[in-house]
Amino acid sequence: MSALIRNREIVANDLVLLDDEAALPTSGKAVVSLARWQQHSSELRSASAEIGVRLPNTVDVATIWAEIQDRQLIVIDFPGFADGRAYSQARLLRDRYGFQGDIVATGGAVVRDQINNMHRSGINAFLLRADQDPQVCLSAFNDFSRAYQKAADSRMEIVREIRRSNHL
Amino acid sequence: MYRYDQYDQALVNERVAQYRDQTQRFLAGQLPDDEFRALRLRNGLYIQRFAPMLRVSVPYGLLSAQQLRMLAHIARKYDKGYGHFTTRQNIQYNWPKLEEVPDILADLASVEMHAIQTSGNCIRNVTSDHLAGVAKDELVDPRPYCEITRQWATFHPEFNWLPRKFKIAFSATTTDRAAIRVHDIGIQIVRNEKGELGYQVYVGGGLGRTPIIGPLVREFLPEADLLSYCEAVLRVYNRLGRRDNMYKARIKILVKETGVAKFTEMVEAEWVHIKDGDLKLQPQDIARMKSHFTEFSYDKNAAADTTYADRLREDSAFASWAKRNLKEHRQPGYSIAFVSLKAPGVAPGDITAEQLDAVAELADQYSFGEIRSTHEQNLVLADVRQQDLYAVWLRLRELGLATPNIGLLTDLICCPGLDFCSLANAGSIGVAQDIFDIFENLDYQHDIGEIKIKMSGCMNGCGHHTVGHIGILGVDKKGEEWYQVTLGGSAENDASLGDRTGPSIARADIAGAVEKIVDVYLENRESEEESFLKTYRRIGMQPFKERIYNTAAATEVAV
Repeated sequence: MSALIRNREIVANDLVLLDDEAALPTSGKAVVSLARWQQHSSELRSASAEIGVRLPNTVDVATIWAEIQDRQLIVIDFPGFADGRAYSQARLLRDRYGFQGDIVATGGAVVRDQINNMHRSGINAFLLRADQDPQVCLSAFNDFSRAYQKAADSRMEIVREIRRSNHL
Repeated sequence: MYRYDQYDQALVNERVAQYRDQTQRFLAGQLPDDEFRALRLRNGLYIQRFAPMLRVSVPYGLLSAQQLRMLAHIARKYDKGYGHFTTRQNIQYNWPKLEEVPDILADLASVEMHAIQTSGNCIRNVTSDHLAGVAKDELVDPRPYCEITRQWATFHPEFNWLPRKFKIAFSATTTDRAAIRVHDIGIQIVRNEKGELGYQVYVGGGLGRTPIIGPLVREFLPEADLLSYCEAVLRVYNRLGRRDNMYKARIKILVKETGVAKFTEMVEAEWVHIKDGDLKLQPQDIARMKSHFTEFSYDKNAAADTTYADRLREDSAFASWAKRNLKEHRQPGYSIAFVSLKAPGVAPGDITAEQLDAVAELADQYSFGEIRSTHEQNLVLADVRQQDLYAVWLRLRELGLATPNIGLLTDLICCPGLDFCSLANAGSIGVAQDIFDIFENLDYQHDIGEIKIKMSGCMNGCGHHTVGHIGILGVDKKGEEWYQVTLGGSAENDASLGDRTGPSIARADIAGAVEKIVDVYLENRESEEESFLKTYRRIGMQPFKERIYNTAAATEVAV
């Protein structure tokens, strides 16, 4: 089972990513595919476990937001190290739709060298790739002290800081 | 020029530390090869045919004398004593050691330089007119907008893993010297009929395997909306650009396959959501950036000098250099001096550490301590008083940097080719040399006039062959080097892609084919004022084709 970092802390991995055929657990946090969610949403909404939805990285968030907006857990997918499509999904979920729940990254790109950008794009939880050392991954959040551009994290953006200091 | 503040410096220093850590993890076997490859590319480090190649960023081609000296130092300490200026205004080193790259980056950071995003599938160096700020036909100085864009693009968290590389270029003049229409985003700074400043935005131009002249997607974008519009374009591209085939992954293919109208609609739909958000530029943001690019304190009496006219009269070699390698400055009594990196026996764009140091010295002494690099692989001292031109020329001539060929046939641009690049199919430097040999006589070159030869060693097109007046593309035929020739390309305002002459030409015959093409032009031009491009557009391919392939009627050949 992969290690999980949530809100910059290593925590016990309490997420179960379910195959479409797998039975629902009775408690905890279970994640189903978007397709399964779309087919069985009313049934899944009444499940006793907390149900999250896993989005394929090809889906346009705008077209499915209405169906998932009551969820507290959305998993987005980075199938390969260099496939950055889900970065834009994360930005849209946070910036455009104001999603407040957990956005969890999973897949081959969830590694030390990408966590900083993922965090800045609005992802707050990381299902680390199996070969990753969670302690080493934690240091990724400190790679950069500031940022040039406003993104989905709370980092002080340079332009804003300069504007503010010029007003003083 | 733009100088780093504490934030810029901190970020660049942090990047050096980050990359040093990545290199150490790689060397310790803790970072897989293919992942380190993707990471090092984002610091400009390729593994090439013989050694790694490091590409250093020169934002919109602007350098200080101090930076040039550091480039010389790096050439000496970590390389074989020279560097190579590229067609995107950057400089490359061909022989650094992988383990030493973090030290090179630290040295660069000490003079406000870096290699961030000079390679890899991310937003690359922002390029612009090498005459920005001194050009006579300029609406406004584009460099503040370039710097604003550079900062936005640097470490943009969402766009570091795009389908493919992404290049942005700016122009603010009636003559496009930045080839904006062969960029992923080309931005022309304009005023609308109300006199407001803004941008025409072209998206989806590019060279390479599928050369395309970028279509206009927005006629007028208000000045404050530069970044939000770029972000909208990039977001559409990041989500929808093809990732199944790297040869179809550039945004030009997305624009082409989606259709310009539909693509524009998607960008506009995205933009509506973000245009009035955090990315909107405030007047003080633009003013602050403009304050970095104020005019130098020019000598108001510069035009009173009479020695320049005397020198021109007395020294014909100086006069010939002045005619070719100087361009008019907007300040009376000043000139823009080109430093030619196209000399016989030297690969186009190459420069030694000694030359770099000497050019830095000239810049300090005569040109306010600044130097520009051009996308045609030369350097520019942009602000030289006319009374100093003779001294500048004498020194440049000593250095082998005063070939009076700017804009002429031997001012050709070319990629490193098979000699250095692992992608190349064929050599380009050797062909450049053969062309130099044939057209050695400078009077002959002057007679031929403005002509742009552009050459690439493979269809990735780093040498921009498809927009050369004469384009030469190296291809591999059963292990032999052959060359395809195109005519009639242009990267300027009248941008067009060249037409192929016909079958490819053998290595031994390619320089001769260029000579034949030039002969046909000289025989057919209506006057010396009719440039090669104009003549080609008037008479078409046939006469050139007949001469190159000897397919004209036998009687004609006999004459």
